[in-house]
Amino acid sequence: MLIELKNIVKDYQLGMDTVHALRGVDLKIQKNEYVAIMGPSGSGKSTLMNLLGCLDTPSSGIYRLNGSNVSEMDDDHLAEIRNREIGFVFQNFNLLPRASSAHNVELPLIYNGTPAAKRKELAEKALKKVGLGDRMHHRPNELSGGQRQRVAVARALINNPSIILADEPTGNLDTRTGDEIMDLFEELHESGNTIILVTHEEYIAEHSDRIIRLRDGKIERDEAK
Amino acid sequence: MQVQESFYIALDVIRTHKMRSFLTLLGVIIGVTAIIGMQSLIEGFQKDMQEQMEQLGSNVFQVQRDPVMMGGGRHRDQEKKRKNITLDESDAISQYCTSVEQVGPEAWHFGITVKYKDKKTSPVMVLAGGQSAFFPNNGYFVEQGRAITDTDDQYNRNVAVIGMDIVDELFPFQNPLGEEINVDGRHYEVIGVIEKQGGRFGDSNDNRVVIPLNTFLKYYGNRERSLNITVSVKDPAMMEAAQEQVIGVLRAVRKVPPGEPNDFEIWTSDSLMERFNNMTRAVRIGAIVIVSFSLLVAGIGIMNILLVSIRERTREIGVRMAIGAKRRDILFQFLMEAVLLSEIGGIIGILAGVGIGQLVALISPVPAAIPVWTIVIGFFFCSLVGVIFGVYPAAKASRMDPIESLRYE
Repeated sequence: MLIELKNIVKDYQLGMDTVHALRGVDLKIQKNEYVAIMGPSGSGKSTLMNLLGCLDTPSSGIYRLNGSNVSEMDDDHLAEIRNREIGFVFQNFNLLPRASSAHNVELPLIYNGTPAAKRKELAEKALKKVGLGDRMHHRPNELSGGQRQRVAVARALINNPSIILADEPTGNLDTRTGDEIMDLFEELHESGNTIILVTHEEYIAEHSDRIIRLRDGKIERDEAK
Repeated sequence: MQVQESFYIALDVIRTHKMRSFLTLLGVIIGVTAIIGMQSLIEGFQKDMQEQMEQLGSNVFQVQRDPVMMGGGRHRDQEKKRKNITLDESDAISQYCTSVEQVGPEAWHFGITVKYKDKKTSPVMVLAGGQSAFFPNNGYFVEQGRAITDTDDQYNRNVAVIGMDIVDELFPFQNPLGEEINVDGRHYEVIGVIEKQGGRFGDSNDNRVVIPLNTFLKYYGNRERSLNITVSVKDPAMMEAAQEQVIGVLRAVRKVPPGEPNDFEIWTSDSLMERFNNMTRAVRIGAIVIVSFSLLVAGIGIMNILLVSIRERTREIGVRMAIGAKRRDILFQFLMEAVLLSEIGGIIGILAGVGIGQLVALISPVPAAIPVWTIVIGFFFCSLVGVIFGVYPAAKASRMDPIESLRYE
């Protein structure tokens, strides 16, 4: 079992009020699944994504990722897990604007102490994999939206993470480029990666094999195709 | 994270915001420039002073009525009432002090004009009355003719030994020996010329006219005039013992009651140097205090710009955290930026300070010397300022919430 959530609760303090973002979520995801998480805004899907991405810890409940209990880890430990186990792809790409594609892609390796030569080699490989072997030294502002998102995907892939966590990856792209990115995810899935997609677009979610729908902090429906 | 990466990030940020970085650096630059420039001038001034004071040999000390440097404060009134030092006291020293070699009572009169036939010098010459000991005790070497002898003094002869400035002005193409010069309407025969001494800070030591002390006292009065006495010692090792003897004799002759402080001053080139050093030390400390304030202000500037930079790069911090940067990686990155900023400022400041020191040395008589320790300390303090004022913003950046940061627009 890759991911196992047991009765996950997440509360936020918003001024005087307590917001119950997640009210007891149980979820299991196997290796090499392709899952879409859907739900209207306020349903808790962002919170769930942050927890799955180890950017945050639950108020209560247990989260096991690859067998280790992530729910009680400290910041440094979480940073290591994010580095090793999770590849993020964001709606707005989140590339460093002044760094070349290659540098953006090798960034996760810098934080785990991979030597420079090895970094360069892996970054090149990852960029070739997403079809940008000829854009190594371009900066984000010299690339199209679709190309930027490919750089982001290459960055997510570089450490061979257990999960690729994509948050509205096509949200800032036109339909055609969006489809290209979805094709890329399809390829990654076929080559053995686990993909979790957060979206509110039905037709994007259709690409996945399993759709989890959230409402009011709980899983409303969980259906495999 | 690797140091190298932080270094490149910091360098890149500074390069991207050239103007902003430069303005931030300005504080550091000005502070460091000021301290390096100032120290190099003080150091140069001091070195030069030392050379000059060493003219009074290491085996000579001087007795005079008034303090060399006015101390001010509570003794001032007493010091003003001191009795003149007289020829009798000088004689007593030579008679009773066994460690003493030569005793040279002398008197000075500043701002005279020397005339020869229809020529005259500028009114900046100095008339000194002295005996034979005047020359060795003051380090003057008579290179032409002869020095003043005890016989000259005994018979109030109108003879003079002159410095090179006077030779240059009055006798440019002629041997001055045997010629008659005129000072304040009195005539003196030139019997000797003092070897060129050189001068410091535009003040020449070659403007002397030395006449026998008795002649001097006859013309310029001895009632209200206090003499200076230069005393040479047979062996430099006996300096202190000789000074003690002189103090004892003078206290007895001048009837200073036991327990009262001396009503005269004794100084050596060493003691004078020490006092001078004490004086410049105060200036140095003052300079350091002022510079510390300017570095403080510079540090606040660095802190400010770092806080702005962190705000602008909130998203970047979020991304770095999301892909695995630990809190200390972020801390180190921004600390590096602060230190690099202040060190670049420090290097520019050091270069500018050295440059200013050299420039001042070039256009003024004050020489410059750059003490290596000020450069080292200057650089060290810059780094320190970077660390101190970088810690808060860097810590702030490292404590940011990755989720919030990623959402930041």
